[in-house]
Amino acid sequence: MFGPIVAILVMATAAHLLRLGGFWLMGRVPLTRRVRRMLDALLGAVVAAAIVPIVAKAGIPAVLAIATVVVIMAARRNEFLAVSGGIAAVVLARGAGL
Amino acid sequence: MNPLPGSIDAPRCSLAGLREGARLTLPLLPGVVVFASGFGTLAAQKGLSLAEAMLMSSIVFAGAAQLVVTEAWTQSFTVGALLAVALVTATVNMRYVLMAASLRPWFGQLPTWQGYGSMLLVVDANWIIAMRYRADGGADVGIFLGSSLMLWAFFVAGTAPGYLLGALVADPKRFGLDLLLPIFFAAMLVPMWRGARTALPWMVAGGSALLIAYLVPGWWFIVGGAIAGSLAAGLVDEQR
Repeated sequence: MFGPIVAILVMATAAHLLRLGGFWLMGRVPLTRRVRRMLDALLGAVVAAAIVPIVAKAGIPAVLAIATVVVIMAARRNEFLAVSGGIAAVVLARGAGL
Repeated sequence: MNPLPGSIDAPRCSLAGLREGARLTLPLLPGVVVFASGFGTLAAQKGLSLAEAMLMSSIVFAGAAQLVVTEAWTQSFTVGALLAVALVTATVNMRYVLMAASLRPWFGQLPTWQGYGSMLLVVDANWIIAMRYRADGGADVGIFLGSSLMLWAFFVAGTAPGYLLGALVADPKRFGLDLLLPIFFAAMLVPMWRGARTALPWMVAGGSALLIAYLVPGWWFIVGGAIAGSLAAGLVDEQR
């Protein structure tokens, strides 16, 4: 068994290997347009994959929170307002017994 | 390394560049601090110490991966759990491969250790700033470094207030803190919208993740869904 510090070091190693690896790779292996497209789409896919099951499990307060965040971000592009609005939506919805 | 086609100067690093990079980063700092605080709050709720949370922010320096791994944090890790941590971190950060690769023609002209050393600082924000500047014909790597140092300092420092706030909250559910991850990710997703062609990978990712979450315990739905969404993006025709 390993402690939290080891896990943090593992994360750092994984993240930095990708940063160094991409730099190393360029010029040795051709990055095709298809591979570029896949890597481009990956972060959005991670985010979508994380949101949907968690929201489905947490129910109506989570749906209201996500909707609030998306509306505020689309209208104002302000992370602080959006996140605060999302939290407020959860608190209000749960307070109302939803 | 071959320089880029066209008449772009050899790379250099100036104090003016460092300052300009820092200046270009200013508008992003409120978002960085909010994100770092969100991670800090989650870290406090999941049982990390303040020192561990700040260590993670300073040496991993990858907000989205930190949120995902921390959501599933434990106090002792088996070898299998460590492998899972590495896999999840790699999946969430796979885009760094592309970002670092695209910086090669520019930073590859620097001495090797400087080129590779710079890559350790790559995150989304400084990459976008550097690529925009490069597209305008600039060659001063100070732009990238100035932006990086600014982002790093505010990300690490921003972890602390969120942590201290999160440690005060005894009933995380009542304050919606159990939903921090999806709330932050929803805020990240909106600026990534590039019209309908972005929707398909997201829908595939979300749909597969939902299916995997029902079939497999744990947090594998994030990795599985992400790979499915990315594959979908690769399969869609260019002209779409």
